[in-house]
Parts: sequence; C-alpha cells; structure tokens
Amino acid sequence: MIPGPFTYHRPGSVADALKLLAELGDEARPLAGGHSLIPMMKLRLASPEHLIDLHGITALKGVVREGDRVVVRAMTTQHELLGSDVIASILPILKETSLLIADPQIRYCGTLGGNVANGDPGNDMPALMQLLNADFLIEGPDGQRTVAARDFYQGAYFTALEPGEILTAISIPGPASGHGYAYEKLKRKVGDYATAAAGVVMTMEGGIVTSCSIGLTNLADTPLWAQEAGEAVVGTSLDDAALKRAADAAIAIMSPAADGRGPVEYRKHVGGIMVQRALKRAAARAA
Amino acid sequence: MNDMTPTREQREARLEGMGCKRKRVEDVRFTQGKGQYVDDVKLPGMLHGDFVRSPHPHARIVSINTEKALQVPGVLAVLTAETLKTVNLAWMPTLAGDVQMVLADGKVLFQNQEVAFVVATDRYAADDGINAVEVEYEPLPALVDPFTSMNDDAPVLREDLAGKTEGAHGPRRHHNHIFEWTVGDRDLTDAAFRKADVTIKEMISYHRTHPSPLETCQCVCSFDKIRGELTIYGTFQAPHVIRTVVALIAKIPEHKIHVIAPDIGGGFGNKVGAYPGYICAAVASIVTGKPVKWVEDRIENLTATSFARDYHMTTEIAATNDGKVTGLRVHVLADHGAFDACADPSKWPAGFFNIVTGSYDFPVAHLSVDGVYTNKAPGGVAYRCSFRVTEAAYCIERGMDILAQKLGMDPAELRLKNFVKAEQFPYNSALGWEYDSGDYHTAMRQMMEKVDYAGLRREQAEKREAFKRGETREVMGIGISFFTEIVGAGPSKNCDILGIAMFDSCEIRLHPTGAGIARVGSKSQGQGHETTWAQIIATEIGIPSDDIMIEEGNTDTAPYGLGTYGSRSTPVAGAAIAMAARKIRAKAQMIAAYKLEVHEDDLEWDIDGFRVKGLPEKYLGMKDICWIAYNSPPPGMEPGLEAVSYYDPPNMTYPFGAYLCVMDIDVDTGVYKVKRFYALDDCGTRINPMIIDGQVHGGLTEAFAIAMGQEIHYDENGNVTTGSLMDFFMPTAVETPVWETDFTVTPSPHHPIGAKGVGESPNVGGVPAFSNAVNDAFSFLGTTHIQMPHDYWRNWKVAKELGVVG
Repeated sequence: MIPGPFTYHRPGSVADALKLLAELGDEARPLAGGHSLIPMMKLRLASPEHLIDLHGITALKGVVREGDRVVVRAMTTQHELLGSDVIASILPILKETSLLIADPQIRYCGTLGGNVANGDPGNDMPALMQLLNADFLIEGPDGQRTVAARDFYQGAYFTALEPGEILTAISIPGPASGHGYAYEKLKRKVGDYATAAAGVVMTMEGGIVTSCSIGLTNLADTPLWAQEAGEAVVGTSLDDAALKRAADAAIAIMSPAADGRGPVEYRKHVGGIMVQRALKRAAARAA
Repeated sequence: MNDMTPTREQREARLEGMGCKRKRVEDVRFTQGKGQYVDDVKLPGMLHGDFVRSPHPHARIVSINTEKALQVPGVLAVLTAETLKTVNLAWMPTLAGDVQMVLADGKVLFQNQEVAFVVATDRYAADDGINAVEVEYEPLPALVDPFTSMNDDAPVLREDLAGKTEGAHGPRRHHNHIFEWTVGDRDLTDAAFRKADVTIKEMISYHRTHPSPLETCQCVCSFDKIRGELTIYGTFQAPHVIRTVVALIAKIPEHKIHVIAPDIGGGFGNKVGAYPGYICAAVASIVTGKPVKWVEDRIENLTATSFARDYHMTTEIAATNDGKVTGLRVHVLADHGAFDACADPSKWPAGFFNIVTGSYDFPVAHLSVDGVYTNKAPGGVAYRCSFRVTEAAYCIERGMDILAQKLGMDPAELRLKNFVKAEQFPYNSALGWEYDSGDYHTAMRQMMEKVDYAGLRREQAEKREAFKRGETREVMGIGISFFTEIVGAGPSKNCDILGIAMFDSCEIRLHPTGAGIARVGSKSQGQGHETTWAQIIATEIGIPSDDIMIEEGNTDTAPYGLGTYGSRSTPVAGAAIAMAARKIRAKAQMIAAYKLEVHEDDLEWDIDGFRVKGLPEKYLGMKDICWIAYNSPPPGMEPGLEAVSYYDPPNMTYPFGAYLCVMDIDVDTGVYKVKRFYALDDCGTRINPMIIDGQVHGGLTEAFAIAMGQEIHYDENGNVTTGSLMDFFMPTAVETPVWETDFTVTPSPHHPIGAKGVGESPNVGGVPAFSNAVNDAFSFLGTTHIQMPHDYWRNWKVAKELGVVG
C-alpha cells in the first residue's frame, strides 16, 4: 500500500502538460482524480516515474453548451456535475449516475475525464458515454482529434488514447427533450463497483418507443453499447415480451468475470434484470 | 433544609453514576482528531519495518537473497529466519500451545506469510527494499479444504511436527491433525438419539471472517542498550500479557519491559494475539539500536493477522414428537490454518464452545471438536464474542430452527418449550457450565409482544400466498435468535493464559480535594471505559464521575490485568473496580465515624457521604472525608485514601437476549432488505444505557456484515480473494439496518454490582437472527439449511436451485 518513488509535476496549461508528456515519455502518467491510478500505484501494479497532475489547468474545468451538444471539460468532478444546471436540464442521466458513484468524498475528487479515460471496466460513465454517443476530444503532440466513445475502449485499461495524449473534453449530443432515462446499478455497498449496471435513454410517442439506446457497465472488460437490445424495444409498448427480448439481446453481448460479486451466470442474469428495470423506469419518465 | 440544599435527585444526578447516560469523556479527543494512537508515536531516530510476504500458499523456500535490498537507499537491515535463529526467535509460542514461524523457516504455509523483515529509514524505503529482496520458491500443493485435511494423501504442512503424535491438547491422529476435544457423555447422548421420536442432522458452517478493526495491528519497539530496557508501544488488547510473554521468550527481566497501549482504534479480538511484526520490530530495535515502527496495512491485516470462525459444525438434535429436546450431539471440524494461534484460554482449544446447549434444557449432550491445519492464515480469534461462543450460538440457534421446521412447530414456540426455566438457576448444563442467572421466558415473551410476532407471521403467510400467485417476487423471512453468552473469563479454576490466571485489577487513589484517579488492568479499544469505570466508582463512593480519571494500558502504572476481550472487562475488571471502591468506602466510614463521634455501625451510606442513623442532619460528605483522610485522620490511622483490588471471579456471567429480524429477499436479484431488527439484551445491571445501545448497534452491524457477506475467502489454489475492503464486506451507514433495542434486567448474583457484560452479545445473537431470517424466507419453498454468508448472488443461487427464477 506504499507507492514507489515518482516525481510530481503540476503544469498550468494543456500545452505544458503535453510537453511534459512528450519529454518524459512512457514513464509519465497524467493524474486526474486519481481513483484508478493511485490505488494501482499503492499496490505497485503501476509505477510511473512521473505524475503530471492536471488540477492546475483551469481550461480543463467546466460544463458548457455548444449548440445542441453539452461539452464537459475533462477535469470536471462528479460533484460539479451534480451541481450543474446544464446537466440537470439536458442530461439528467449524468446526474442520476453521478449520485451512484461511490460517496461524496470520492465525488469531490473523481472527474468525468478520468472516469472515461482510464478504461477501468468498473467505471460507470463510459457506458453512459457510449449510449449517449459522446465524442472524446483528445489533444496530443500532433494536435487535436476526436474519438467516438463507442470506438474508444479496446480492453480493460486499454483505450484508443495514444502515449503522449490527453483526453481534454467530452462532447455529448443532448438527447431529445422529453426523453426518458434511467441508470440501474446493482452493487453490494456504497463505494463498490457495479455487480451489473444498465443505462437507458429513450423517447416515446403515444406509448410506443420511438428510440432507445442502452449501455452496460462492468459486464465485460469494456463498457458495452447494447445496440440490438435498444433496437429490440423500438416500436413496442415495452410489453413483457419486448423487455425480455431486450434483456436477452443485452445478455448475449455480456462477458463478465466471476468475482466476489458473483459467478458469471449471476452477473449476466442480473445484468438482464438491470436492463429491464432501467427500461421500465425510463419509460415512466418519457414525456 | 433551605432551598439551596440539593435534593436527593440532584445529588444523585451530580454524580453521573451507574444507570446514567453519561456522555463518553474520551469522545472529546476522538471527535477532534486528538486521539494518540500507535502510529502517532514518533521517537527520535525511529526506523520503519515492513514485510516481504509469500505470494504462495504452500512452497519450499529455495533461497532468499537480500543483497540488492541492502543496496536500496535507506535500507539498513533485512531480517530472515536465519537472523532470528541467532537469537532463538525464528519461531514463537502461540497462545494455543502450538509454535508459529516468525519468519518463514524453510517453507511458507499460507499466502502473505511473513518471509523477511526490511528495516529502513522510512516506510517508503522499506517498501522499496521489499521489492528488491529476491526469494526463490518451489511451490507445493496447497491444502485448502479442511474436509480433506486428514485424507491419507493430504500434503504434509507442518514438517516441524513430524513424528509428534501428542499435541498441546492430547493425541494427534494425522499429520494435519491438531487436537480432538470432547465434552459430555457420549453413551447417554447416543442412547437419547436411539430413543428419540424425531432427530435432525445438518452440517452448519460458520465461514472464515475477520475482525478488521479500523486501526490495524502496529507497534513501536525501542530497546535501550545502556539500561537494558525494552519499551513497546502497541495495539494491545492485553498489554500485561504481552509484557509477560516478551519476558518469557526474549529473556529480558519483566521490570525492564515497558508495554504501553495508547488509544486503540478497535480490536474485536484482532489485537489479543502476538504477531511476527512485534517480534521483528523488537529484534530490529535490538540489532540497530534504534526505535523501530511496524504498521500493518489493510491487506496485511485482512490476510495475515487473526482470522475468526471457520467452524464446520455437524449438528444433531434429538426430540420428542411434541417438541421437547432430549439430546444434542455436535461434531466440529475446526480449520485453524497453518499454525494453531487461537486466542483462547490455554486449556480451552475450542474456547467455550461447550456453551452450545444454548438457552435450552438439554438433559444430555456430547461435543467433539477436531482442529486441523490448512494452508491458510493462522488465528481463530474471538471476533467480538467470547471464545467460540458466536459459533456455538449460531450452531444451536440454526439447529433449533431446523428442528422446528421438521416438527412443523413455530420456532418461537419450540424455544419457549425448551428454555431453562427461571427457577432452575443456577443451572448446570449438560456440557459442564453453571449458568448463574436468567429469565428467558420473560425476555422471549417481551420480544414477541413488542414486535407483534403473531402479526408478523400472519403477514408472512399472506406474502407467501401472494408469491405463489405470482403477485410479488419477494419472499419474507422472520429470524429468531435467543442466545446465551458466557463471558467474563475467567475464574482461575477454569481459565488461564499461558499459566496466568485470568483475574483483573483496579487501583483507586483519591486526592485531598476529593478527586482521584483509578488505574485498571483492562484496556479500552473504544468500549468507553474512561466513562463507565468512573460511573461505577461514582456510585460506590459518591465522588462525581467527572472527578475520577481512568487510566489504562501502561504496564508501569496500571495494576496487572488480563486485558479487554471476550466481554470480560465489566464482569472481571468492573468487579475489581467496585471492590476497590468498597475498600475506600470502608476506610471513609471509619473516618466519618470518628469525626461524627459515633460508632461505624451507626452510620448509613447516603449517595455521597455518611449520615448518622436517626440524625439526618449529622452528615459528612466524601469530598470532606478525602481532605480529612490526608490531613487529620483519626489517631492511629495511616493517612491517605487508596485501595487496590484484584478480582478472581467465582463464575462466568451469562448475558442473554432475544433478537428478531424481518427480511424481504428479491428472488430475481437475491437483494435483501432488512425491514426490522429488534434486539432485547439482558446484561444484568446496566452501567450506562447509552453506551450499551452503542455497543449493541456496533455488534449488530458486525453481525449483519458477517451473516450477509463478510468472509475471508480462498480460491481452490489457496489464494485469498478478499484481501481488501473492495472485496471484504464492510457495510457503511447506508447498508446498515435501523436497530430497535430493548432490555430486561436479571442481575448476576455473584458479581458485586450484578453486571454481566454486553459488548459481544449483539454479534453472538445477531448472526443467527439474520441467518434464520434468510432460511425462514426460503423454507416454504423446500430448503432446510442455507449456508452463510447470505450475499446477493448466493440468495439468487438458492432461488435458482429452487426453480423460482428463470
């Protein structure tokens, strides 16, 4: 529980941070909220020689509207998301999910950028970003680029982020007004990762689902966008058969690991239950 | 009397004595971050030690190379078993009569076993050093399942015991056998089973778990070569025992060992035993001539020091058709891990598990316990319970529910039918204990009335019908537990630790102005002794509790005591406090008689002083008596007002209680909701009801954790999979149910103030209540016994196997 030696850097701009990353190479890691990286350093599973703390970069803070999109800059904490009127009015599912992440102390430190950039399959926000079809804005030695959340994750802790790059912002298209949403998370206790979790954003007209997007957390080594499961309920009134089709389609793409939260069979089963419960609750909220 | 004269009630209130909800005086510093814990001890030149630990559960050590570690900046020394052999400390005795490696000697026997001790100028350098120690292992097959430990082909774990057919507790049958302990009459019990109308038999497991106090185990050892003195600051629940053990094994005269247990952040049994860290820090201090600190981290605490439980109890009850129990037969397979380091009184290899007849009048019973070695961490401590009492309570309380189910009887009715009756006390149990007092029927009926037991059963019947009709996916369980504890170890006729009788002690010194200090042989780890001990004294001698300072934990100043665990503090130290106070009062009475010019027998005690019988205006208060005692004592009397008492209790005390848990379980996810938890405790005389409530809340929370998911789990290869709080279930306030507490008062007849102890009752009684609720929830679908822990996925698995989920 004692990390190895490292040098601490606190740049004041993204450019300085990128410069440090370029100079220090593979042995440097950017530090956001620290909730994935620091525990791994304490266990000496990660031993970066340099930590580049992004907290000194004010340009990485804040939530802004850009047309019909919401841009959340990477170092915005979960606590700040909870206090944001823009989030509350346009992306209430982010607020609901943030409240299910750990506890207030962790939410004061944990950032959206860190949550999505690390590739930790236990994190809740990546699945949300996939179901919302968010884009990740990335800056690196060769300038800026954008990677869709649905293309970003390659495996546990493996992402499209290249060495020397920093994820600086998340751009999320605002769902249609009157959309229904829900994030259902089964966990053993406060602070635990999900045994299984499902997020849903949907629109309805006259009791019929007109669009639906579903994301799954901690049910594979990456977040999952359950495209077929979402499509399975479009055009239905969310009757029991449709719910079951959606759950089955979601279960078909799950590949969780067995751990203290339960065996594979259980985690897939409750993953399906989370999908059904999220669908029902989202439908109840849809205007 | 004029208006300024305080009333009796005001005088009593001013004392804040027994029965008062006095606020905890220690919380003033704890809530402001001003506690002084071991890790706050910083001595000049202090070094830090940390362990290289084995990644393997069972392996031969081929070589240990410390050269690179010694080159790490800041690293000063690396201790191995070879180093320790030079001072004859590579192995240490355990409290259970076994020996334990301090550092791995030739092989390792559990994952995370201590292999080498790196000493460095700071904690970071020590950990850098750990990573530079090169250990070559040759893995051996790991023995994980205790049920296979005594197979012919089971791997040999303890090569040091080769050829030893006799252990500390009698013959050993197998190379992995530690002891067999039997109690009771086997023939009469077998006969009762042959004659029985009805019998049940079930293997009831109580899984391995861990006390996991907030503060881990730690120490600072400082050896003064000039004076030849060793000072040890440590997280010790029993500091005097540590001093004696160090004197015996390190050959340092006992008066030159100073053991200081400062504030302790929870113990729950974890801090009773002696651990390799203590020995290594002491040796490192002797070797380097500098103070050495050792502080366990959370992973080390969970995986290496002192597990609890791991009892596998084959339980049989014989009964008549109308539900009268006629015999109990229990066999326990006890998984002790790699070394038998149980923290029990020395002659009790299975603790007081023979309390397993519980609250019931069993005419005959027989118990046998087989202890075995496996490739797991050593321990077997009493995690918030008296020695193996929570295992016993779980065994009998599950057993009674299983019997009720077989008989088709209500479990409350079965218990009422079989309780030891109030008029049977003192009651001699079939397994050898003399229960001092009890009134079980009253407590049980009070519980049933308060919770509307009949109404709960009606609600459950309706819910079961609704479940069968498919209207709900939840099943409702009602779990009853009626436990009898056995605490207050203990009478010297029964108990000792390494030959040290289990008395306790108190010294009270009153000062001339009417305030004073009491030093006690117990050691609070959060129980609130500084508050409650003063309350006993306040009531006994009429000095306000605010004017009594309580001091514990420094072996140079505190009288010899056996420490705090097993709910022994109030039954033993609490009695010593009352007895010391009574000595003070006896001297005070002589002084008062002289000053009031009457015979001692003409005086009566009146709250805070003495009054002449029949002449109420002739009164002398304790505050004045203190001044007189020093400055103008009666002719011929020594000045001063002090007393010492060492108390060897005549018997254990037997707290009891009636608990009930109402739980709903969602069969689709296995998620449970505790709808209600009622806990009635009878701990005899109640010293501080607020602290009792706090104790009950804490103990129930731990019971909830254990029953519903808290386990130390090993995979089939012997790797521990619950080594951090991410995986080891430690509930937060969010998960913790709301507790309803209640009480009856049946004072202990042999205790000076009638108190029995309460800290551990809620854990002992709580676990069966939760487990019985889960079992009761599913029983109508055809289950007989579901093993703990009852976490979500296991509940779902039960429902799945019953065919009620798709």
